[in-house]
Amino acid sequence: MSKHFKNPVVRWIDHRLPVFSYLDHEANEYPTPKNLNYWWNFGSLAGFMLITMIATGIFLAMQYTPHVSMAFNSVERIMRDVNFGWLLRYLHMNGASMFFIVVYIHIFRGLYFGSYKAPRELLWQLGVLILLLMMATAFMGYVLPWGQMSFWGATVITNLFSAIPLVGDKIVTLLWGGFAVDNPTLNRFFALHYLMPFVILAVVMLHIIALHRFGSNNPIGIDTKGKQDTIPFHPYYTTKDIFGLGIFLIFYAFWVFYAPNALGDPDNYIPANPLSTPEHIVPEWYFLPFYAILRSIPDKLMGVIAMGASIAILFVLPWLDRSPVRSGTFRPVFKWFFWMLVFDCAILMFVGKNPPDWFWQPFAMHVTPAEEVVAAAGVADADALWPITFAGGTLGIKILLLGQLATLYYFAYFIVVLPLLSIFETPKRLPLSISEPVLKGGGKAAVAHAHSKPMEKA
Amino acid sequence: MADQAHAVPKDGHSGGTRREFLYLMTAAAGAYGVASVAWPFISSMNPSQDVLALSSIEVDISSIQPGEGITVKWRGKPLFIRRRTPEEIKAAESVNIAQLRDPQTDKDRVQKPEWLVLIGVCTHLGCVPQGEKSSEPRGEYGGYYCPCHGSQYDTSGRIRKGPAPLNLAVPPYTFTGDTTVKVG
Ligand code: HEM
Ligand code: FES
Repeated sequence: MSKHFKNPVVRWIDHRLPVFSYLDHEANEYPTPKNLNYWWNFGSLAGFMLITMIATGIFLAMQYTPHVSMAFNSVERIMRDVNFGWLLRYLHMNGASMFFIVVYIHIFRGLYFGSYKAPRELLWQLGVLILLLMMATAFMGYVLPWGQMSFWGATVITNLFSAIPLVGDKIVTLLWGGFAVDNPTLNRFFALHYLMPFVILAVVMLHIIALHRFGSNNPIGIDTKGKQDTIPFHPYYTTKDIFGLGIFLIFYAFWVFYAPNALGDPDNYIPANPLSTPEHIVPEWYFLPFYAILRSIPDKLMGVIAMGASIAILFVLPWLDRSPVRSGTFRPVFKWFFWMLVFDCAILMFVGKNPPDWFWQPFAMHVTPAEEVVAAAGVADADALWPITFAGGTLGIKILLLGQLATLYYFAYFIVVLPLLSIFETPKRLPLSISEPVLKGGGKAAVAHAHSKPMEKA
Repeated sequence: MADQAHAVPKDGHSGGTRREFLYLMTAAAGAYGVASVAWPFISSMNPSQDVLALSSIEVDISSIQPGEGITVKWRGKPLFIRRRTPEEIKAAESVNIAQLRDPQTDKDRVQKPEWLVLIGVCTHLGCVPQGEKSSEPRGEYGGYYCPCHGSQYDTSGRIRKGPAPLNLAVPPYTFTGDTTVKVG
């Protein structure tokens, strides 16, 4: 069972508590497909970000005061008076954005290479659960500095629950601990914001246990057929992951040191005022696509349901895409729809950022307020405008309509496109093994040789 | 033992053995126990006694000019008290309520026509509508305009346009004098 380690102390411990065997098994021996590309770096980057958020968060919590009359000032004190407080806060604040960037890329990687398909359905679903927990954590963290956006973001989002028939208002009062977002709300959000990352950590462990059951998927999406297709995780992928981390840290550091507030809303540097709502309430960028879906449906309850469904649908994705071919590389039609989905999410972000009754004028490269379009069109009021106009001599599309079209495509991708493609698409011929494409063909002999080295070692 | 538990009793009834009954009762008692322990935890999240105790205030309204309003805090929420002009009262009273999304007459929403007392929370997603001061946008119906998603309310605080489903709520209040009102 337990392996023989050279170090006698390690051996003594491992005999009683086999943690070293476990780590050796998971990291060192763990056979990994030898063809993973850089899209496979983002899982370890997400893990790195989780640890970074927990580390910076714990040190911020030592200085932060969760009370409505002191929270804002305690964050300002962190920024001005606490040694390196500015660094801790900027790392944490921008860290949330970095975490979401990394996780979104990680998810799209899975969508393209079919990583959600059998036998990795549970692995995928645990990932979606992590996304949900992250969203809850980031939402509650954003409330803590108690600025205007903190307060009004919390108000609008908690009010979504009031859409639930019959018990909605009771639930909202329960969440608030009062009749509005107030001190009890801030207090419990802090307690939960501290707790949730550790829940995420636990789910991440389950995610990794599920991953190691069948191993990583790979860019060509076919199962490894034996030792010739794999290399040990360490040192090959540990090295590659650390290299990727270095690149990523440059990117992260750029935001922290050169544009620390670029990703946030300046209104959050105004202390919360329960009696006055800011002009435009906009969520953080990572929530924009979901916010756009929420607003696309004019009905309050249906809007909330659509927003929930946009994530819930990811849970059932493995059963919507019935195509036996995992990797998009071998699916000539799927590929197009996939990249359209990526583009669609970018549009949803754009829509979420802008007021729904404004007009996007793609040729003028401008988003124009409704009043200006009304004036240009010479009509009585905004109701008399068509959602597509040529007012002012240029094509204008109402943000609301754009959001509705983008929402439609988002759901159609999962409910219509993938099931139909599973039936009608003819995939390209799959290679027989991961090694086949590299080993065959005389011109590639040198490459094949380089790749076969680890195989000889194994 | 296991065999016995699953054997069909001789009297011909399927299931319903003494053991199954005991399982069921044990599970029910366990569930009841868990629920009664969970209750205090959940209940602790609801508004506490001190929050509930802060629930009534008295406001001096003598300085409010016709056509203007003031905003005060009540139960952590903005409370609107607006002194309506005769035109605003007339506009509110002359509406055909059959056309309204949340039909209510103006009479049902005010005690004295001159004074409109409302909870200043948009019934869509909880933003504070603008329009208490005459310098703020009041929307097409001269009442309130919510900046968040564009809901518009009339001079009685009734929803006329936009995504909000209901009229602005009227809190319980009484006039304790000619120039004071007690809310809550
Ligand atoms: C999944 C991991 C986490 C995410 C996504 C996250 C996200 C956030 C966000 C978005 C903010 C608002 C930043 C700002 O605008 O100022 C915040 C603030 C805060 N977080 Fe976290 N957080 C995480 C983990 C933690 C942990 C583990 C702790 C404590 C142990 C913590 C403690 C705090 C504190 C004290 C603040 C308020 C200070 C501030 O605003 O900078 N966070 N968090
Ligand atoms: S909160 Fe007022 S319109 Fe949405």
